[in-house]
Amino acid sequence: MSSDVINTKRAKSEAAGPYGKVGHALNELDDRLGVAKGGRTFMDKIFPDHWSFMLGEIALYSFMVLLATGIFLTLYYIPSTDLVTYHGSYLPLDGQRVTEAYASSVNLSFAVRAGLLMRQMHHWACDIFIGAIVVHMARVFFTGAFRKPRELNWTIGTTLLILGIVNGFLGYSLPDDLVSGTGIRIAYSIILSIPVVGSYLGFLVFGGNFPGTMVIPRFFILHVLIVPALILGLVGAHLFLLVRQKHTQFPGKGRTENNVVGTPMFPVFMAKTTGFLLVVAGVTALLGAFAQINPIWQFGPYEASRISYAVQPDWYMGFLDGALRIWPSWSFHSFGFTIPLEVTVPAVILPGILFNIAFVWPAFERKFTKDFAMHNLLDRPSNRPKRTAAGVAVLALLSTLFIASSTDVIANFFHLPLEEVLWGMRILVILSPFVAYPITWKICRELQAVEGGGKRKTTNVVTRTAEGEYVATAAPVYVDDAHSELEASEVPTFIVEEADEEGGAGTRTVDR
Amino acid sequence: MSEHDESRTPVALNGLAANDPHLQPAARNPQLVERVIALCFLAGIILVIGFGACYWVNAQPWTLGATMGGGLFFLGIGLVAWGKYLMPKGPFVEERHTLANSESDRDAFAAAIVERGGSVIKRRRMLGGLLGGGLGIFSVVAIFPLIRSLGPLPKATLFHTDWRPGTFAVDITGRRVRKGDLAVGSIVTVYPEGFQETDNGQAVDQTVLIRISNQDFTTQKGRETWGPAGYVAYSKLCTHLGCPVGLYEQQLQLLVCPCHQSMFNVTNGAVPNFGPAPRPLPQLPLYIDSDGYIRAQKDYGQPVGPGFWERS
Repeated sequence: MSSDVINTKRAKSEAAGPYGKVGHALNELDDRLGVAKGGRTFMDKIFPDHWSFMLGEIALYSFMVLLATGIFLTLYYIPSTDLVTYHGSYLPLDGQRVTEAYASSVNLSFAVRAGLLMRQMHHWACDIFIGAIVVHMARVFFTGAFRKPRELNWTIGTTLLILGIVNGFLGYSLPDDLVSGTGIRIAYSIILSIPVVGSYLGFLVFGGNFPGTMVIPRFFILHVLIVPALILGLVGAHLFLLVRQKHTQFPGKGRTENNVVGTPMFPVFMAKTTGFLLVVAGVTALLGAFAQINPIWQFGPYEASRISYAVQPDWYMGFLDGALRIWPSWSFHSFGFTIPLEVTVPAVILPGILFNIAFVWPAFERKFTKDFAMHNLLDRPSNRPKRTAAGVAVLALLSTLFIASSTDVIANFFHLPLEEVLWGMRILVILSPFVAYPITWKICRELQAVEGGGKRKTTNVVTRTAEGEYVATAAPVYVDDAHSELEASEVPTFIVEEADEEGGAGTRTVDR
Repeated sequence: MSEHDESRTPVALNGLAANDPHLQPAARNPQLVERVIALCFLAGIILVIGFGACYWVNAQPWTLGATMGGGLFFLGIGLVAWGKYLMPKGPFVEERHTLANSESDRDAFAAAIVERGGSVIKRRRMLGGLLGGGLGIFSVVAIFPLIRSLGPLPKATLFHTDWRPGTFAVDITGRRVRKGDLAVGSIVTVYPEGFQETDNGQAVDQTVLIRISNQDFTTQKGRETWGPAGYVAYSKLCTHLGCPVGLYEQQLQLLVCPCHQSMFNVTNGAVPNFGPAPRPLPQLPLYIDSDGYIRAQKDYGQPVGPGFWERS
């Protein structure tokens, strides 16, 4: 029986068939791997169209740019803290004793062709990567795309954000310049602040008291191998689940919980998404060409007793830095032990709480709304006022914390006393979620009212009758109306006569 | 429901006639769009060739980025437009298949695990316990290299520095600092002599030496002898997160940490009067020897830098 099948297939391939050489090659492949059926399904896979579905693609493609430029950088970077005398093409540093890590970073910027471009692209791609993840995550959150059956993919995505931030910090540390060295010092102190195990953890990670001897080699292998491998694996799982569970879509004409409406994988989606990859890479290269980022040769090499002024960390670290600035100096001492709450709370507990909220949100919402159904159609954010308000409240908190990371710059720029800026930021940070929540909730409710409660907007034809009365009737649905299947909104009555309850003259209410 | 334009109704991808409106391009004027896309691709090709040329002649870095970025951008925009305007416009529809299997399949799966597996394991509880114990012990033992070999144990490292009774204060070049070196209001970062030979000498032992006045200076009660000839010394590590307290505000007699703006008053024992730092900077007791060199009376007597659990 099976030999029969093989023979028929071989006979088919020998006859070349209607699909020529390509068909022949595909048949040979199918003989060995049996890919025809699955391949066809994959080519036919439908992707829904919406601009907001590109946000995750930006993250994916900037990650590819990170891999490509990162491979280039590893060819020239030397992860060593051995001291060498710099004699490179950047003359202001000539003759200085610097670490090999720093010297090689400066050298790959100036002495290697396209090296500076690759380094700047790498740094920009990282900022874009994490930014795109955050915006993508916000889209998924506000549209309810994380609901059953996609909770696992939400968890993977949140983990990817954490890994992205961690790897961004590790990479930022590698050039061993003055600014990154200060960042490592702060990270060490944050590890130290963890109760009970902090000092042990710090000594193990750094191979001793700060700065230790191991930090650059260890950060290097974590940055170029271990964390990227984790990210790559989780990105694969993220995409596999997306294909397996199919994409969500917004409600609209012909769209139901049980189908997907859009364009097919091949060739339409493939063309658009490949083009988008090239656009993301192109924009990153243009940024790398025209927007200077992290000029390590200006910062100089790291020396433990030197420090620069008004230098901000990469944007995704801003909220932590802001929290560290505005949290008061409440250290806890008792029974011969210290919990440095002034560090532990803003730098360990706060991010811990924020990320755990993200992890448990799908379960929390299921329990809270008693909604255990499968959801493939997305919510309009305004139709879920509480969820939307909660999301905006968290974003408001993160934004004000981010602004708080530049208290000194704000004070300088606006000529304000630092103390006033600090207290202002403290008040802003505490108030922001509590102000953002009710305002967002109210806006959502208002938007629901404007929409006519999920009804289709109609244009109305107003005619005047022979008696002089004006009558409005609904115009027919116009051809391309995506909402044509929704119920029409009400035709307005222009003048309503209402009897005054208190027995006065009749009032004329103009409706709309 | 009023009349529908059938071409906007989603259809299944397969089995459409060649002239079906769903398979037509979305563009109203495909010829024009094709020409625009061709121009994009041409621009992309020229720029990519330009990138090769710039690389070959080792041109300025910005030209490399401009040509490569512009080339990829134009090729990408053209390809996106091709997909969006010249390929079948759809919309197409695909049914979702329920991921969940039938009740009987689920039962069979659960039965395989619970009944077949469960019965075998339940019958041999002792074996299961031993195996689980063995693997559990191994997983604990496997952590040992992580907690023991990655680095030394802290022990007392965090509690002292390399300052000893009589240690000379030297500057970054290793030169000993003498009584006449600093004018009133000046500051210099000093280290214990021989700091270059220690792994973290500069990082942990760094100390700011400030000359506050010409007379012996007492910053706090009990520190009457610590500031000979107006020289006072504090640890340079901020007690918040360990950044070097690198800014000296001479008018206000403040040391300011540039990281998170903690401020320490140097005239009264470096007590923080602003910012998140919880403790004063530890003060190093100094004396001036008969040759005029500035030396430490003893170590700080408390851990320098940020807080940690074992610090009392």
